[in-house]
Amino acid sequence: MSTVALPTADLQSLAADIVSRALKAGASDAEVTIREGDEFSTTVRMGEVETLKESGSRGMGLRVLIATPNGHRVASTSSSDFSTDGVEHLVSGAIALAHVTSEDPFAGLADASEFGKLEGDLKLYDEDVYSLPTAERIEYARRAEAAALASDSRITNSDGGNFDAYTGRKVFANSRGFTGEYRASSCSISATPIAIGKNGEMQRDYWYTYARSLKKLDTPESVGAEAARRTLRRLDARRVKTQQTPIVFAPEIARSLIGSIFEAASGDAIYRGASFLAGRLGEKIADSSVTVIDDHTIIGGFGTSPFDGEGLPSRRTVVVERGVLTNYLLNTYTARKLGMKSTSNASRGLAGNPGTGAGNLFLVAGSTPPEEILSGVQSGLYVTELLGQGVNLVTGDYSRGASGLWVENGQLTYPVQEITIAGNLQQMFQNITAIGDDLVFRGAVASPTLRIDGMTIAGE
Amino acid sequence: MTLPPSPAEDVPQHKKYFLDKFGITERLLERCLGEALSAGGDYADLYFESIASTAIGIDESLVKTASQGVSAGCGVRVVSGERTGYAYTDDLSPDRLLRAARTAALIASGPAKQPVQGFTQTKAPSLYPAPAVDLDSDLSAKLDLVMRADRAARAYDPRITQVRASYSDELRRILIAASDGTFASDTQPLARLNVFVLAKSEDRTARGTSGGGGRVEIDLFQTEKTPEHFAREAARQAILQLGAVPAPAGEMEVVLGPGWPGVLLHEAVGHGLEADFNRRKTSAFAGLIGRPVASSKVTVVDNGIMPGRRGSLNVDDEGSATHETVLIENGILKGYLTDKLSARLMDMPYTGNGRRESYQQIPMPRMTNTYMLAGDDAPEDILRSVKRGLYAVNFGGGSVDITSGKFVFSASEAYLIEDGKITAPVRDATLIGNGPEALKYVSMVGNDLELDEGIGTCGKDGQSVPVGVGMPTVKLDKMTVGGTGR
Repeated sequence: MSTVALPTADLQSLAADIVSRALKAGASDAEVTIREGDEFSTTVRMGEVETLKESGSRGMGLRVLIATPNGHRVASTSSSDFSTDGVEHLVSGAIALAHVTSEDPFAGLADASEFGKLEGDLKLYDEDVYSLPTAERIEYARRAEAAALASDSRITNSDGGNFDAYTGRKVFANSRGFTGEYRASSCSISATPIAIGKNGEMQRDYWYTYARSLKKLDTPESVGAEAARRTLRRLDARRVKTQQTPIVFAPEIARSLIGSIFEAASGDAIYRGASFLAGRLGEKIADSSVTVIDDHTIIGGFGTSPFDGEGLPSRRTVVVERGVLTNYLLNTYTARKLGMKSTSNASRGLAGNPGTGAGNLFLVAGSTPPEEILSGVQSGLYVTELLGQGVNLVTGDYSRGASGLWVENGQLTYPVQEITIAGNLQQMFQNITAIGDDLVFRGAVASPTLRIDGMTIAGE
Repeated sequence: MTLPPSPAEDVPQHKKYFLDKFGITERLLERCLGEALSAGGDYADLYFESIASTAIGIDESLVKTASQGVSAGCGVRVVSGERTGYAYTDDLSPDRLLRAARTAALIASGPAKQPVQGFTQTKAPSLYPAPAVDLDSDLSAKLDLVMRADRAARAYDPRITQVRASYSDELRRILIAASDGTFASDTQPLARLNVFVLAKSEDRTARGTSGGGGRVEIDLFQTEKTPEHFAREAARQAILQLGAVPAPAGEMEVVLGPGWPGVLLHEAVGHGLEADFNRRKTSAFAGLIGRPVASSKVTVVDNGIMPGRRGSLNVDDEGSATHETVLIENGILKGYLTDKLSARLMDMPYTGNGRRESYQQIPMPRMTNTYMLAGDDAPEDILRSVKRGLYAVNFGGGSVDITSGKFVFSASEAYLIEDGKITAPVRDATLIGNGPEALKYVSMVGNDLELDEGIGTCGKDGQSVPVGVGMPTVKLDKMTVGGTGR
């Protein structure tokens, strides 16, 4: 291995250097992504430190495009070897690979006029996530777990309390003049207590707080107490009979449904016809109370960035407005396939072609408090956990394992488990009959409480 | 340190690879282990890893994706009682390795300890080919595979409208040195061919997927498991789904076909028998050794030493030989899957199941190839015995809550059974059950044990590792099927 390291203090220069080497080696266009990150994580279990991990790593990826009479040939390489030899292999490997791929008339970088980035401080990075000494970070994890264990005598065991911190830097440059870089940070505290019920059966649940800055985290005590509350309410669960009832999705569960709308409206699925939303632009696909927005520009948001995976400026896109599908989510390639414009939704790993990624994705809050939604249910299910995948975006068929609380006369009663809930997303979105006022971002995807009618519960 | 001389021709020079490419000498390994135990601790290990990977993809009959990647790094672990300190570096220079060792050492607080003097190389089988050169040598052969898959799927039926096929492989080289004297190295190939298709009729669109592979060389795909084999299978499933009726809802008799439906075992019992969960008593199976957890017809093993299998390993990621471990014998729970830490803390046999996704991760007990042994029943008799139920032969993924024991797995190809006969295909449905109970309802076990084609990837605590599953045809007297139909 060559030990001559390239100047990596300035990753933007390194990225620009790799782009120009790729062009010299025969590429018509090139894109370079460089990522570096540091992580810290610790688990405290039953009051004792169980794991402590601290490290960093970096990687780089190159994508080259070679122009041909009928489009472009495209290939990519990635490496963790930042030596001169490593960079040379990255470039020569990508060029060699590109010669074996097909000419694709739709492949190619965006026009130079489309590149850009949001200016100003987006508040994605706060170095305070690393400001605490290790002992205090361990203390956060310990306090969260201790609060859960102290909540109730039925909580006798634990999968631990955690504190995690991450900082990362992402650099992107291409041969059409775009160079951009941003840093991001995050930290979280979580607790996973285990409780034992009357018949000796165990249940666990968890809760967390997640933020870009230490200052914005909830206290470890509140995390532990909430984790305990969620675990205890699952104890002594029953099964219920197979039936159709209204189902109320708790916010942290409802957000997976919003994720399904995003995936089904992604250009890749649309141009292939691999989605139940293909060809439905402009049509009513959900109840008219439903508006879904994908916003990459919210200051400090978990899904915010100054530019997307191809160097296009981040933006806000209304996906569903009053029940009507108003936009597909597109990167440059899928936009060309559909004869449309990119919505700046390109995502990017180190290798491979750009994908489609969500920013801050949410269903706009309604005006009904969640208690009122529950009080409108004569008999039904309040879902607090889903198990498994069970979503077919081609057909919309939906069938997942579930647990939660039974609703009787508008009141939460006993816990239920070992049941499935099933329907089809096309009808489920039309059958959203209530939307809560409780929209909170605990991650990049968020939803208020939702009530959906007409689904089937399978149980005893 | 003294390493036994290895026979020149039949063992690939793993140790030499890390020495030549990264300058990792025996002296450096000793220094790093010494540094790792500089604050005390019971045990330390170093895990060096170098991976080269290739992926080729065809889509709309165009080769749109070709990528290659290389990465290398080292993870240092220090164990002190039940505590684990971990640090890693992707820079394998001596000063960075020593720094990682010092970081991991912080988990302990006591007087320095000395690693065992002298290493013993783990005796390991040779379960898979160890290519002398990187797998990226033959791009055109890989291209040919995806192009053949594309053609075969389209030729299957005019209603096949979209075909995507991908071939991916990696060659992972590892070297492990531990303070207890363990020394091991391995070269682990892994290859996989996948086909995804869409079929369209006038009013329906349906998907079909198929794939397979293992720790094999590319010629397996040219001779036995051909692109045409996988392409036709994916196309068959998609065409079948065009005519599927809603799946039933509720408890009923369920017959699982042979092979991949063994994912049932992986979710229902496999995870719950990983020793870390049982050491912490967080698994629904904790304390059940010697007790019945399945019908007496059920025997389940985890077997890491099957040649060429996706879940097989010559040595695990802690440098120990893998084993065949009996988990359930005639319905009685026999043992857990252990790694070094859990075997020591629980005073249980060490089964060689310590695995990790990469050098950036702490190893933990994981499955390899998990399957149920064959029984006596003819598959036709099993189906004939069902009055009204579901016959499920292909699945997507599964998932389990190991504490409550509740698990799910999602059927992607299933049929109604009515009066002993297979009737209509049904749409996708999730099946749910309770791990320590579900296998007690196994009433018939077929004589047709099959392993899956080599597609399984298991996730645990954010770490993914390749695994295998298998099963003969099995009848469960009751299980909950999550459809929407009657």
